[in-house]
Amino acid sequence: MSQLQTVAKPRRNIELVLLILALVVGISANALVDLNLDRPFDSDFYSQAAVLTVLALGMHISLRFRAKYADPVILPIVVALNGVGLAMIHRLDLATDDTAGPRQWLWTTVAVLAAISVIWFLRDHRVLRRFTYISLIVSVVLLILPLIPGISAGDVNGASVWIRIGNNSFQPGEIAKITLAIFFAGYLSSNRDLILLAGKKIGPLQLPRVRDLGPMIVAWLASVGVLVFQHDIGTSVLFFGLFMIMIYVATSRISWVAIGLVLIAVGGFFAIRIFPHVGLRVNTWVHAFDPEVIGRGVGSSYQIVQGLFGMASGGLIGSGLGQGRPDIVPLANSDMIIASLGEELGMIGLFAVVLLYLLLITRGFRAALGTRDAFGKLLAVGLSFAIALQCFVVIGGVTRLIPLTGLTTPFLAAGGSSLLANWIIVALLLLISNAARRPIFTAPAKEPHVPAGEPPASGPPRTPVQTPRSIKTPSKKVISP
Amino acid sequence: MNELSGLTVTVLRFGFLLLLWLMIFSVVGAMRRDLVIGRKTKVGTPTARQARRHPELVDAPPVRAQARTLVVTEGPLSGRTLELSGTPILLGRAQEATLVLEDDYASGRHARLFPQGSRWFIEDLGSTNGTYLGDQQLTRALPVELGVPVRIGKTVIELRP
Repeated sequence: MSQLQTVAKPRRNIELVLLILALVVGISANALVDLNLDRPFDSDFYSQAAVLTVLALGMHISLRFRAKYADPVILPIVVALNGVGLAMIHRLDLATDDTAGPRQWLWTTVAVLAAISVIWFLRDHRVLRRFTYISLIVSVVLLILPLIPGISAGDVNGASVWIRIGNNSFQPGEIAKITLAIFFAGYLSSNRDLILLAGKKIGPLQLPRVRDLGPMIVAWLASVGVLVFQHDIGTSVLFFGLFMIMIYVATSRISWVAIGLVLIAVGGFFAIRIFPHVGLRVNTWVHAFDPEVIGRGVGSSYQIVQGLFGMASGGLIGSGLGQGRPDIVPLANSDMIIASLGEELGMIGLFAVVLLYLLLITRGFRAALGTRDAFGKLLAVGLSFAIALQCFVVIGGVTRLIPLTGLTTPFLAAGGSSLLANWIIVALLLLISNAARRPIFTAPAKEPHVPAGEPPASGPPRTPVQTPRSIKTPSKKVISP
Repeated sequence: MNELSGLTVTVLRFGFLLLLWLMIFSVVGAMRRDLVIGRKTKVGTPTARQARRHPELVDAPPVRAQARTLVVTEGPLSGRTLELSGTPILLGRAQEATLVLEDDYASGRHARLFPQGSRWFIEDLGSTNGTYLGDQQLTRALPVELGVPVRIGKTVIELRP
C-alpha cells in the first residue's frame, strides 16, 4: 500500500498539448523521409498523417469522456513512438519496395480502435478481476492455437508462433501476454497471504504449499511449453519474467527472485544443451563476428552484425532519416527496427527513443503506486513490466548485450498483433491511472473512530461515499456455494 | 522536387533530433507536478535514516490503544476470541483461513485483516455478500478501529485491546 497522494486534476489540456507535439514528431519524421529522398509528398504521407492525427485525437476525446483523470503523458509518448515507427517503416518500404507501411497504418487503426473500445466499454479495470480463471484458460488456448495444424501458419523464421486468419497472420502470444497478466494479478491479489504464510520454512526461504501454487505451475508450464513446442525464446523469457516480477511485487520477498533466477539459469543451461535452436542462438551471439558464423546459412549472425555496422555508421547524430542504408539489414522494419533508427537518428536519437520507453514504464509504475486496489496495482506493474522486459530483450539483442530473440519492439516494429496488444495494454494502464488519480469524495468527518490530524496510512482514511459503478452491491443475500 | 542543399539536410537532421528531445523535456515537465516534494505535497513518509537525522520530520505518533484480540460477537462462532500477532488474518469458510467461519453467508476466502503501521486494516477479497465495516460496505481496504463491528455474513467481529 502506498502513501502517495496525487493532486486530483484532470490535466487533459496538458495531454492535448503534448499530443500535438507527439504528432509533430511523428509527421515530421515522415516528412523528413520524403524530403531527404527527394520524393514529392504523396498519398502515403498524407494518409499516414491523417490516420495518426484522427486516431490520436479520437483516443484523447474518449479519455475526456470516460477517464478524465488518466495520466496525461502516457498517450503522447505512445503516439510519438508509433509515429516514428510508421515513418521508419515507410522509409524502409521505399528502399525495399515493400508495402509494410500501409499494413502498419491499418493495424494502427485497428489497435487504436480496440484501445478506444476498452476505455469506452470497460471503464473500470476491477471488472477484469472476475475473469481471473477465464483469463488463464484463454491464455492457454491462445498459446496452443499456433500448434493446431489447420490454422497454424507453420514455421516462420524458426518459430511457430503465428496463426493464419484469412490473408493475415496473427501472433496470439501477444494477446496471451495481457490475459496472463490479468490472471497473475487476480490470482495473486486474492491468494497473497496463503502464498506468504502457509507452507514450510526452510532456512530463510518460505516455501509455499504445492496446492496453493497449482495455477502458478500451470502458468509456468505454459511458458516452458512455448519454448519447447514453439521454439520461441523471447516469448518464453517474457512470460517467465512477468510471472517472477508479479509474484515478487505481490509478496515483496526477494527469495522469489532468487528462486526465479536459479530456475532461469538451470533452464537456460539445459535449453542450450537440449534444444539445438537455443544453442545455435547462443553460439551466434558469442561468435557473432567470426566470418564463418556470418556466412553460414542457418543461425547466421549476418543480421545482427549488419545492424551493429549500421548503428556504427550512424554514429552520434545519425545519417538523417532517409540518408542511411538500414535496408541492408534483414528484417530491418520489424526485429531490427532499433538498429535502423540507430543508424538514421544516431545515438542521440536512439537514446531519445529509449527514454520515451522509460518514461512510459515509469508512468505505468506510478499508476500502480497510486491505485488503491491490490488487483490494479499488480496488473499495472505486470503490464508495464511486460513492456520493459520486451524493450530490454529486443534492444539488448540488437546491441548484442544478450542473444537476439524474436520479440517485437513495442509500438515501433512492423507487426499487427504486437501493435494491437500494446495499445490494449496502454488503454488498461490509462484506466488504472484514472482510478489512481481520480479524487475520492470524502464525507465530512462523521466517523468518530478516526482521530483528527492523523497522517493517512493506507489510502485516505476517510470513508468513501462514492462506490464505483461497476462494483455492484448484491441486492439480496445469496448463500455461497 | 528540387535537390535539397547539404546545409538544409543537416539543419533538418539536427532539427528532428532537437524536436525529439523537446518532446521528452515537455513530458518530463508535465510530470514534474507528480514528482514535487514540498511541504504541501509531501510524498511518502521519511525513511528510517531521514527520521534519525531529522527527528522533526516525524510527526508524533498518535497515542492509541493497540488491538490485541479479535472477538466474534455475533454469529455461529459467537464468543470465540483470537490473539492478534503481527501477521495477516484470512477470514472465510475455507479450511486454510485463519478464522474458519461456519457461516453459510460467508465466502470461502471472504476478507483479510492485516496490520499496517500501528493499525489493522480490513480488505474484502471479492466475497459474494460483501464485508461491512460499521454500516459501510467495503470497496477497498479500510482501517479498523477498536470496538467497531465488522460484519461478514451473519458473523460480526470486533477488535479489542
